[in-house]
Amino acid sequence: MQLYELTIHEARDLLEKKEISALELTESVLARIDAVDDKTDAYLTVTADTARARAKAADKAIAGGTAGPLAGIPLAIKDLICTRGVRTTCASKILSDFVPPYDAAVMERLSTAGAVMVGKVNMDEFAMGSSTENSAFKNTKNPWDLTRVPGGSSGGSAAAVVADMCLGALGSDTGGSIRQPASHCGVVGLKPTYGRVSRFGLVAYASSLDQIGPLAKDVTDAAILSGVISGYDRRDSTSADRPVPDYGAALAGDVTGRTIGIPEEYFNSKGIDPDVRAAVENAISALKDAGAKCIDISLPHTPYAVAAYYLIAPAEASSNLARYDGVKYGFRDMSATALSDMYTASRSAGFGPEVQRRIILGTYALSAGYYDAYYKKASQVRTLIINDFKNAFKKCDVIAGPVAPTPAFSLGEKTQDPLTMYLSDIFTLSANLAGIPGLSVPCGFSKSGLPIGLQLMGNYFDEAILFDTALCVERAMGIAHKRPRL
Amino acid sequence: MNFEPVIGLEVHAHLKTDTKIFCSCSTKFGAPPNTHVCPVCLGMPGVLPVLNKKVVEYAMRMAFATNCEIAGESRFARKNYFYPDLPKGYQISQFELPIAEHGHVDISLPNSTKKRIGITRIHMEEDAGKSIHDPGRPVSFVDLNRTGVPLIEIVSEPDLASPEEAGAYLRQIRMILRYLSISDGNMEEGSFRCDANISVRPAGQTELGTRAELKNINSFKFVEKALAYEIKRQISVITGGGRVIQETRLWDTAKNRTNSMRGKEEAHDYRYFPDPDLVPLVIDDAWMDAVKKSLPELPDARRARFISDFDLSEYDADLLTADRKTADYFEACIATGAPTKLCANWIMGELAAALNARGKSIDQSPIPADALAKLLCLITDNVISGKIAKTVFEEMIETGKPAQTIVEEKGLVQVSDASAIEAVIDEVMTNNPDEVEKYRAGKKKLMGFFVGQVMRATKGKANPGVVNKILTNKLS
Ligand SMILES: [Zn+2]
Repeated sequence: MQLYELTIHEARDLLEKKEISALELTESVLARIDAVDDKTDAYLTVTADTARARAKAADKAIAGGTAGPLAGIPLAIKDLICTRGVRTTCASKILSDFVPPYDAAVMERLSTAGAVMVGKVNMDEFAMGSSTENSAFKNTKNPWDLTRVPGGSSGGSAAAVVADMCLGALGSDTGGSIRQPASHCGVVGLKPTYGRVSRFGLVAYASSLDQIGPLAKDVTDAAILSGVISGYDRRDSTSADRPVPDYGAALAGDVTGRTIGIPEEYFNSKGIDPDVRAAVENAISALKDAGAKCIDISLPHTPYAVAAYYLIAPAEASSNLARYDGVKYGFRDMSATALSDMYTASRSAGFGPEVQRRIILGTYALSAGYYDAYYKKASQVRTLIINDFKNAFKKCDVIAGPVAPTPAFSLGEKTQDPLTMYLSDIFTLSANLAGIPGLSVPCGFSKSGLPIGLQLMGNYFDEAILFDTALCVERAMGIAHKRPRL
Repeated sequence: MNFEPVIGLEVHAHLKTDTKIFCSCSTKFGAPPNTHVCPVCLGMPGVLPVLNKKVVEYAMRMAFATNCEIAGESRFARKNYFYPDLPKGYQISQFELPIAEHGHVDISLPNSTKKRIGITRIHMEEDAGKSIHDPGRPVSFVDLNRTGVPLIEIVSEPDLASPEEAGAYLRQIRMILRYLSISDGNMEEGSFRCDANISVRPAGQTELGTRAELKNINSFKFVEKALAYEIKRQISVITGGGRVIQETRLWDTAKNRTNSMRGKEEAHDYRYFPDPDLVPLVIDDAWMDAVKKSLPELPDARRARFISDFDLSEYDADLLTADRKTADYFEACIATGAPTKLCANWIMGELAAALNARGKSIDQSPIPADALAKLLCLITDNVISGKIAKTVFEEMIETGKPAQTIVEEKGLVQVSDASAIEAVIDEVMTNNPDEVEKYRAGKKKLMGFFVGQVMRATKGKANPGVVNKILTNKLS
């Protein structure tokens, strides 16, 4: 067994027992990146030198008995999480040279915990997309099938985890951007409750929906990472000032007496692939067998989630991305001579087509005369979706369903048809609109050998229940150790 | 046909908090460009605003002082537009749900009646930076020190019926801001700015005419001028058979006229929407009560108290309460027992003139209130005359020495001893026999001459009351 194949909790044990060193572990992961990343194209920046230095520091801390919970653990970071002194591009030409002079709050927390960042990973530009094909730099491939997408927007994070090019990763999820690539790549991904993780230093796509979360090789690792990155931060006014439970310690995998709600709207959908349906239903019966009670529930406003999301998210994005104007930092078209020409030229050349599409969409939705019909109406729909979940959680502890309607699709398959691409988020958007936590855990494979995830959604701040339920699924399915051959 | 103007004002006032509204950068004016900045006010990727509570408290103070209703829950909104001095591409302001609404202030009209002016709303927002254009080269510079400096915008109802009323309203608002110690209200430095909405209509018509928005009125002096110009302009447009168009016009200080701001900037759609980075601002009763309790006495109340408690004229009370520090100085003076009228006269007279000549404000006065009070007590205790007091005052301004010390050092103590004065008077009468004769023959005006001679002989130290009494006796 190679060190890069370890999970975080396995590596932690070996490091604690001093059977391996953090430097060896980091070297192993760096060598793995070298060996396979020209096939997957997950990394945008590899920070080998600083990773080695951090690993050596971790070894010292371990020797001195002062090691944090992630001491020496090599992690990959989605390239829209600001890293002090390390280029943070958001996979966009407009920020291709941007080096933040500050760390995101999650980076501070990882750093205190002793983690080793090995690099920054690819994504859809500004997190807008479901396939990582909207990156300005390269297409990341799905390690299970290099002709397919890894999902998105955190496609680089998911691919890096499943290809053993890191022990775990951080992504961000605005409409499914952690859960959908986790499902497509066969890893565990959590979108925490809105406010659970500080957004300070997360480059904003849609501020009221964005959350940072972990992508991990198994449920235990996801719980460990969540515990480290969660918690109140006064620099983020939307951050929740409430204690973070010890997610790892709460893991038992025991669902006896837990009620699982099965939303009919998630299974009536015409677009759902038969393999996905079979795998998800199989996982649900495994939960039943393990002692959970499954009941049918309804989330009646589900059909309006896509429309509401594609008004609210672009509206916020149109404003959030206004700061990329060529004036202060980032790309500027130097040929323009007048101010308005400079804006137009810089933004037209700096942003890719999907980002421009969403800026235009959002600008329109907020325009005078359209605001009430679009943005305001979408906000009202959002309230209805929140109420759907509130009602559902009166009857059940966890909601289970598919993450995505299909397994990973082929590169280029949906790039010409944005609307079809938007529908691949149909099951994940609602959790962002409602602000509740959602998790993707591998539950099977398609006939062609592509991973399929089960989505579990919980009530506000009920991440611990999601991890515990997911652990039960993971044990029952017995596929957590499966890796693609590269 | 007679026309009447209808005017509403939007006042922007910088709040004097130490730090900016959404970050901890200093708000100090006049620092080298781009030194009071951080990732938050520079609008860098991924950073977030955190509301400065002081700003909310200052806005609440103004809301209470203008009789507004304070919202238990208000929201910040983004006002979206592109400009190089606006680093985020939007300004964080308040739109649908401002912190305060439905207030009023009373202004004094020249005929000494009061008029109530409605306050539509007060809201908080961040200021933008400053663009500096190089006149010699096609280059512009941006200074972001001012970006994020807190502002409140105070919007009046269209209740103002003349440029003079607008001026009185502005002065009243500025006085309240200064009383509350929340803003300098300095128009020339840009910490107090004013836009005006103005229309005219035939007298007696209730329907409003089409309004123009006047911007760039950056001095108190120009407000009334710009409004007067605009009223004339609109009336002449209408009487000439034309129609006033709704537009923004800029005041041109050099040419003393308003100009239409035609072009792109007219067509702004700010696409306001609630800022998702900031949670709704909740103000509970406890917070409201705490701020309410911390309010100082406001100008109108203080003025009324000065008239009723200190028996001052309306004129004196107006002058003394126009500025909180002057009123504080006055009260500190009389607290030591100096007579109110004398204090009022000296503060508004000698002290104001001396400070004015030295370009100092009253809180920088070289003579603290208790020192002035002691000087004035020397007059009422007959230690020195009012005339000598002026000499002592000049010395106090220059040296900062106490009045008593100066009087002793220079031997300025007033002579009230009747026998000493009598001796001087006898000498004066002996030396001026002709004048004595003329006086006794009925030329009573010569009394002044004798008093002057006695004073000269005593170097001004003789008690004028005693001198007068003895002179009258001896000459009759
Ligand atoms: Zn700042």
